[in-house]
Amino acid sequence: MSDYLLRRLLYAFPILLGVNIITFFLFFVVNSPDDMARIHLGNKYVTTDAIEKWKGERGYDRPLFYNSEKQGRGKLLDTIFYTKTVKLFVFDFGQSDSGRDIGYDISQRMWPSLMITLPILILGLFLTISLALAVAFFRATYLDTFAVIMCVCMMSVSGLFYIIGGQYLFSKLLKIVPISGFDDGFLAIKFLILPVVVGVVGGLGSGTRWYRTIFLEEVNQDYVRTARSKGLSEKVVFYVHVLRNGMIPILTGVVALLPSLFLGSLITEAFFGIPGLGSYTIEAIQSQDFSIVRAMVFLGSALYILGLVLTDISYTFVDPRISLR
Amino acid sequence: MTLNFRWRYLGCLLMILSACGENPWNNPYPSKDSTSNTYYSSFSERPKHLDPVSSYSEGEAIFTAQIYEPVVQYHFFDRPYSLVPLTAERMPEPLYLNANGEVVGTDATDSEIAEVVYRINVKKGIQFQPHPSLAKDKDGQYAYHGLSRLDLDRVSVLSDFELSGSRELIAEDYVYQIKRLMLPSKHSPIAGFMARYIKDFAPFGERLEAQNLLDQPLALRQTSFEGAKVIDRYTYEIRLTRKYPQFVYWLAMSFFAPVPWEADAFYNQPGMQERNLSLDWYPVGTGPYMLTENNPNRRMVLERNPNFRGEVFPEDSRAKENKNAQAGSIMPFIDKAYFSLEKESIPAWTKFIQGYYDSSGVVAESFDQTISFSSAGEPHLTDDMSKKGVELLTSTKSSISYLGFNMVDPILGGDSKRSRLLRRAISIVVDYEELISIFANGRGQAAQGPLPPGIFGYLGGKEGINNYVYDWIEGKPSRKSVAEAQELLVQAGYQDGIDSSTGEPLTLFFDTVSSGPGSKAMLNWYRKQFEKLGIELVVRATDYNRFQEKVRTGSAQIFSWGWNADYPDPENFLFLLYGANAKITSQGENAVNYQNSDFDSLFLQIRSMPDSLAREKLINEMVEILRRDAPWIWGFHPTSYVLKHGWYGNADPNLMARNTLKYKTIDPYQRMEKRREWNDPIIWPGLVGLFFLILMALPAWFVYHAREKARVR
Repeated sequence: MSDYLLRRLLYAFPILLGVNIITFFLFFVVNSPDDMARIHLGNKYVTTDAIEKWKGERGYDRPLFYNSEKQGRGKLLDTIFYTKTVKLFVFDFGQSDSGRDIGYDISQRMWPSLMITLPILILGLFLTISLALAVAFFRATYLDTFAVIMCVCMMSVSGLFYIIGGQYLFSKLLKIVPISGFDDGFLAIKFLILPVVVGVVGGLGSGTRWYRTIFLEEVNQDYVRTARSKGLSEKVVFYVHVLRNGMIPILTGVVALLPSLFLGSLITEAFFGIPGLGSYTIEAIQSQDFSIVRAMVFLGSALYILGLVLTDISYTFVDPRISLR
Repeated sequence: MTLNFRWRYLGCLLMILSACGENPWNNPYPSKDSTSNTYYSSFSERPKHLDPVSSYSEGEAIFTAQIYEPVVQYHFFDRPYSLVPLTAERMPEPLYLNANGEVVGTDATDSEIAEVVYRINVKKGIQFQPHPSLAKDKDGQYAYHGLSRLDLDRVSVLSDFELSGSRELIAEDYVYQIKRLMLPSKHSPIAGFMARYIKDFAPFGERLEAQNLLDQPLALRQTSFEGAKVIDRYTYEIRLTRKYPQFVYWLAMSFFAPVPWEADAFYNQPGMQERNLSLDWYPVGTGPYMLTENNPNRRMVLERNPNFRGEVFPEDSRAKENKNAQAGSIMPFIDKAYFSLEKESIPAWTKFIQGYYDSSGVVAESFDQTISFSSAGEPHLTDDMSKKGVELLTSTKSSISYLGFNMVDPILGGDSKRSRLLRRAISIVVDYEELISIFANGRGQAAQGPLPPGIFGYLGGKEGINNYVYDWIEGKPSRKSVAEAQELLVQAGYQDGIDSSTGEPLTLFFDTVSSGPGSKAMLNWYRKQFEKLGIELVVRATDYNRFQEKVRTGSAQIFSWGWNADYPDPENFLFLLYGANAKITSQGENAVNYQNSDFDSLFLQIRSMPDSLAREKLINEMVEILRRDAPWIWGFHPTSYVLKHGWYGNADPNLMARNTLKYKTIDPYQRMEKRREWNDPIIWPGLVGLFFLILMALPAWFVYHAREKARVR
C-alpha cells in the first residue's frame, strides 16, 4: 500500500501545479496588480507612487510568468508565479495581502465550519440511511411512492429556501433558537441547532433517494434471498445484511467528503453568522487578495486529492477483495 | 417506564424548558449580560485596518473613532457641523508666516504666505488604555520590548501577555503618528495628499529610506522632521507649506490621532507579525473605549477604557432644548459595545425586531412594513413599529450620487454650446425624483448642485434651485418638461435624437459595474430616460477594475459615481471639479475631467478663505458655472434612515462625527423586559408537528408488524 500511496502523492504534484497555474491565470486575467493595489489602498487620494510601493512591498512588481530582465533561472524564478506558488507545496501559506497570517486564520476558522458540517454529516447520514432503509423495506407500495415523491420535492427546493424558511419558522415565529450568531464551547450549541437541522433536512431528499437506490440494488441480491430462506426476519435481513453491504458505496462516498468538511459552507455560514472558512475565499476574491485565493484553492485541491486517496484506502477496509498495489 | 410516567416526565421536561424563560431561548447573548449596560449592534464588512495611519473606511471608523482621540472632534449637536477641542486645550488656530518667517494677517494672500503653523497644546493628565507595550517591569524597563521568538511561543492573542501598563499622553505621540503617515509600509491613503501640504513630508521619508531607517520606531522618533515638531511635553506644532484652512478638519480624523512609539516598538518585534499581533489588529488609544475582542469574522467588543479621564456631555442650548438628562454628565455612559458580524440583512433585521440590536437601518425587504409616507411625502413609522416603541431618525447624508459626463468625450464633453445644450437636455430628462422614489424608497433629495445640505454654501429654497433643470412652482422645485429638454436638443442639433451633421441617430454609452438581475430594472430605467429625447443609451456593464480603468483613462462616456464628504467644507465637493484634479491628467478626483478656467480661479480663492459672506458669494458663483456647464447630472443626496428602540438614547444622527458611542445611553432593564415580552417561545406547533409525524409513521409501523407476522401461503 505504501507504494500506492507514494505514487498517488507524486500524481498529486502535477495536479496541484496545474490547479495553481489555472488559478493564477484566471485571477490575473481579471485583476492586474495595479487593480489589487487600488482595492487595498482605497478609492480616495490614491497616488501612482503609493500603488507602486504597495506592489513592490508585496512582490507584485515582478512579471507574472517570465522575467526577461533576469538571467538563467531567474527568468522563471523571479516572477510572481514562482514566488507566490513554491511555498504552498510545503503548506506555508504566508501572509495575506492585507498582512494577516493565512495559516493562522485558517486554523481559527476551520473549527466553527467543522462544528456545522460534521453534525450535519453524521446526523444526516443516520437519518437518510434510516429513512432509505424504511423506504426500501416498503418498496413497490404506496408508502414507497409517497416517499419518493416527497424526496423529489425536497430535492427540488433550493437550499436557500430551507435556510430562510428555517430561520423564519424557528427563530422569528416560534422564537425557539437564535436566528444567527456563534459562541465558544458549549454555548455554541444553541447557535448550531438551527443550521444543523436545516442542513440535515435540506439534504434529506437527495440522500434518502440515493441510498434507497443503493439498498434496492442490494435487496435483489442472491445473498438476501439466502438470508430470507434461512428464516431470518426482515429486520435482521435489512439491518444486518442489506445495510452492511449497502454501506460500502455509502462509506466510500462519505470518506471522500471528510477532508473538505473543514472548508465549510458559504451560504450557511453567511446566513447563520458562523465564523467559519466558508466565506474566506469569497471575501478574498471580493477584496482581490490573491494570497488568500491561491492558498484556499490549493488547500481545497489538496484536500480533494486527500479525499480520493482516503476513499481508495477505505475500499480496502470495507471490501476484502480489494488491495492497493 | 409506564405510559403514565412517560407523560409525567414529558410534562416536567416542558415545564423545566418553560422555566428557562428568564432569558428568551432565542437570545443570542449570554444570559448574564441581560441587564448589563451594553450596546448591541452589527457590522456587515470586516474592518481591514485598525491602525489609524491606514484606516479610512466608515466600517473601520465605528471602532477606531472610539479608541483613538485626535486633538479636535465634531460637536455632537451643532449643525452646520463645527469642531471643538477634544484632547487639545483649545481649537488650533493657524499662524501665517511670510518668507522671512514673520507673522502676517489672516487676510494675507496665498503668495504672501510661505508657511502656516498650527501650534497645538494637549491637555495634561490623559492616559493611554492599559496595553502590554506600555508595561514596565520592577526595574522600570519595558517588560515586553526585548522579546525573542522563543518568548512568544505561548502567545497567540494580546491577552496572553500578563502585564499591561499605561502612560500619559504627550505631544510626541501626535508627532510620532504624523511621521508614521509617510512610512511606505503603512500605506496611508492620505500620504500622497498630505505631502502637498505638510512641510518636509516627502523629503523626510526619503531621508529615512536613504539611511535604511524605515520601520524603526526609535529612528522615527529621533529623526527630526520640520513638518511636525515637539515644542514641549504637551505642545507640538505642524507646519504647512501653504494656506489650507480645511487642514483643521483633517486633525479631527484618526490619521492625526496619537500613537505611542512603544506600540510600534512592541509590534515590530520578530514573531509578532506571524501571530497577527499588530497595531492593525490591536489598537492602543486614549479614547473612552478599548477593543477587548477583535474577531472580525464573528464579533468585535469594545469595553470602557479604565484609564479614560471622563468627558462632559455637551451642556449647550441644544441639549437643554431636548431636556437632555445627560447634559453635564460625565461620559461615556455605556460600559460595553458588542458588534456582531451580520453578512445578511434578514437575520440582522429579525434581531432588531426581537430587541437584540438596539438600532438598525431599514432593510429593503421590510421597508413597506416599517415606513409609510404622509400625503406631504414625510416618512413616518407604521403603526406596528410605533407600538413597539421604535423611533425613526432621518438625516440627509453629506454625500452625492451623480451621473458624470466625461468632459473629454467628443460628443458630450468640451465647452462647446452644442455639447453643453446636449448635457442640459439630458439633465432635465433623467428624472431623479422618480429614481429616488422607485429605487431608493424615497430616501434621498434630488441635488441642485454639488453641495449637500448642511455644507457651507448650500442654498435651500427658491434661491438654491438649478434654474437650468428646475422651475420654482408652488413653493417647490419642479423639473422642467421633456418638451423644454427636446427644445434644447434641437438647439444642440440633435432633433429627435438624430445628429443633424451626420444624419445618424445619437447613441450614448453608459458604463457601469451593475450587471446582475437586481440592477436590470435601474438600467432599463436609465434607457427610458434617454429615450424621452430619442437617444439610444447603450449600457456597457463591466467589472469593477475595468470600470475604474475606463474612468482613469477617460474612455467612459457616461457613468455613475459618488462622493462622501471627508469634512463639512464646500472645498471637499468643489475640488471634485477642479481642473488640476482631472483624472486623466493627474489621477485626481475630478472623474469627469471638467476644465473651466473661471471655476478653477474661483476655486483657488475659496480654497483658502475662511467661511464668510464673500466666500459664500464666490461659492454660489462657482455652483452657477457648474449648473450652466452641467458636467454632472447632479443626482441626489441620500437620506439615512435609522431605527432605534425606546431604550436607546442620544442616538441623534451626526454624519460627520464617528466617535459618538460615548454619548449613547441604554436602559438595560427596559430592554430586558421588552426582549422577554417579544420573544416568548411558542412550543405547541412543534408538538403538533411531532404528533403528525408520529401519525404519518403509524401506517408504516402497522404494515411492518403485519408483514413480520404474515405466514407463507
